[in-house]
Amino acid sequence: DTDDVGHKYYLELELEDVLDKDRTVSCTAEVLYHLGSKSSAPDVQLTVQGELRSTEEADKEFYTRIRSLEKELVAENIPDSHGNVPPELEPILLLAWAASGYVIWQNSTENTKFNLAQVKHVKQVKRSDEDLQFDYVVLLHEMVSQEVLPWQVTLLWHPQRGARVCQCQGPAPGA
Amino acid sequence: PATMKLLLIFSALLGAALCLETFVGHQVLRIKTKNEEEVKQLQLLESLEHLQLDFWINPSAPALPVDVRIPAASVQSVKAFLESQGIEYSILIEDLQDVLDKEKQDMAESAQRQRSTSFDFGAYHTLDEINAELDHLASEYSFVEKIQIGESYEKRPLYVLKFSTGGSQRPAIWLDAGIHSREWIASDYGTDDSITSLLDKMDLFLLPVANPDGFVYTHTSNRMWRKTRSKIPGSVCIGVDPNRNWDAGFGGPGASNNPCSESYHGPSANSEVEVKSVVDFIKNHGNFKAFLTLHSYSQLLMYPYGYKCTRPDDYAELESLGRAAASSIRSLYGTTFQVGTICKTIYQASGGSIDWSYDNGIKYSFAFELRDTGRYGFLLPASQILPAARETWLGLLRIMEHVRDKSS
Repeated sequence: DTDDVGHKYYLELELEDVLDKDRTVSCTAEVLYHLGSKSSAPDVQLTVQGELRSTEEADKEFYTRIRSLEKELVAENIPDSHGNVPPELEPILLLAWAASGYVIWQNSTENTKFNLAQVKHVKQVKRSDEDLQFDYVVLLHEMVSQEVLPWQVTLLWHPQRGARVCQCQGPAPGA
Repeated sequence: PATMKLLLIFSALLGAALCLETFVGHQVLRIKTKNEEEVKQLQLLESLEHLQLDFWINPSAPALPVDVRIPAASVQSVKAFLESQGIEYSILIEDLQDVLDKEKQDMAESAQRQRSTSFDFGAYHTLDEINAELDHLASEYSFVEKIQIGESYEKRPLYVLKFSTGGSQRPAIWLDAGIHSREWIASDYGTDDSITSLLDKMDLFLLPVANPDGFVYTHTSNRMWRKTRSKIPGSVCIGVDPNRNWDAGFGGPGASNNPCSESYHGPSANSEVEVKSVVDFIKNHGNFKAFLTLHSYSQLLMYPYGYKCTRPDDYAELESLGRAAASSIRSLYGTTFQVGTICKTIYQASGGSIDWSYDNGIKYSFAFELRDTGRYGFLLPASQILPAARETWLGLLRIMEHVRDKSS
């Protein structure tokens, strides 16, 4: 579809649950790539037809585990060179996918295809409120140019409030 | 005077010590900078050559950690400096020599195990391990011969395995992998084979690591390295995309003329010795009927063209054969491969190998992008090596059998 505003795409998608391969959910989406302005992210409207699986228990477990860590979590190279992911870091990788999704959305055009290649570095930042904060450096692979470039992105997460990317400043270390 | 003599003796001792290449007492620190000012301090430190600091991650931006190896003699003074500036650091490695000794021990133990058992096809390997297995295959099977077709930029041998049960100059099939060094699954798959059935009529030539310099670099320095490791005159950037360097639409759309780009086509076609060696070998042989190349990731099975978006003359046959091969692949684990021309399926890309082979009379030219579709991407877990190998093999076999039938 073409307008004077840009190119609009109507999509029918099937989402597959990576953690439960037999589960699929149908969605429809409208994506509008704006004409001209390269610095503007595409508009996306998504409708999920069906239900996403409840992850309440796993969320709670993860939340409690991270909150009770004495030292802030720090990790790097997830997966490692051989594709391994330590089980306790799986949720960190999943959150990295969410964070990367935001960066990818902000930087996508009709001529890009991004993928999260690796979490280069992740650092938890303890907060005075109830959110978990993770400062990521993610490597995004862009298929057309074949570039693999690092991006910094900070993610806040809470079991009920979900994931949000923030432009936030963490508390100063030692403060 | 006396001080000069002392200095000379000291330097001589230092020289001798350095020659031993020991890392006893060397520490690796991880430094966490909080702001640009601290980054500048570290860059200053970097410039002090007498400290002999070896930065594993160089200071560049506040958000990124700085990892540095410090020789024993400089450890105390560097730490004192950091502390006086209020710069946070932690000790990654207390004594590097201990770590190296342990690693050597581990590898010796595993090598011991490997000598008594066969090559572990379910794990990723270093270049040396792969080359050792090539020697092993050549010595164990009379129909397997190891041939050197050239040398890489950094002078590593380019080894091809020839599978032949006789005849002279039989119609031949070419299979290569690892032209892009970060695509480990391709090279690891390449050494797992069972192709004796085909060999009555045809010879098979296998180049498991087409870009050995890049491959070693992905093990030692940067897991995401793609290109060769050649120096580009006039640029600080290194390496050429070997799959944009072939003489097929060279320099056209779909390749970059910027040396710092991942898809840099190089100063001229065949400038990369890794590419030229293959071109010369194939031309000299003169009887190749198929050219197959393995990459990752995306699960695609493609035929020419990449440099232009028009269909090749043999479109119908190649499309049909591609679909049949994808069908064979799917039959094992349900893994789906998309089939089509390079341009329509992935992107326009000039200077690619199968475009060159096709335009030079090798009709059955196919490029595979193996598992997966992005969840692990280049970092495919080792547990998927064997399944990927088995399914891909069915696809390759389907193509090779067709080539055999058409070549007799």
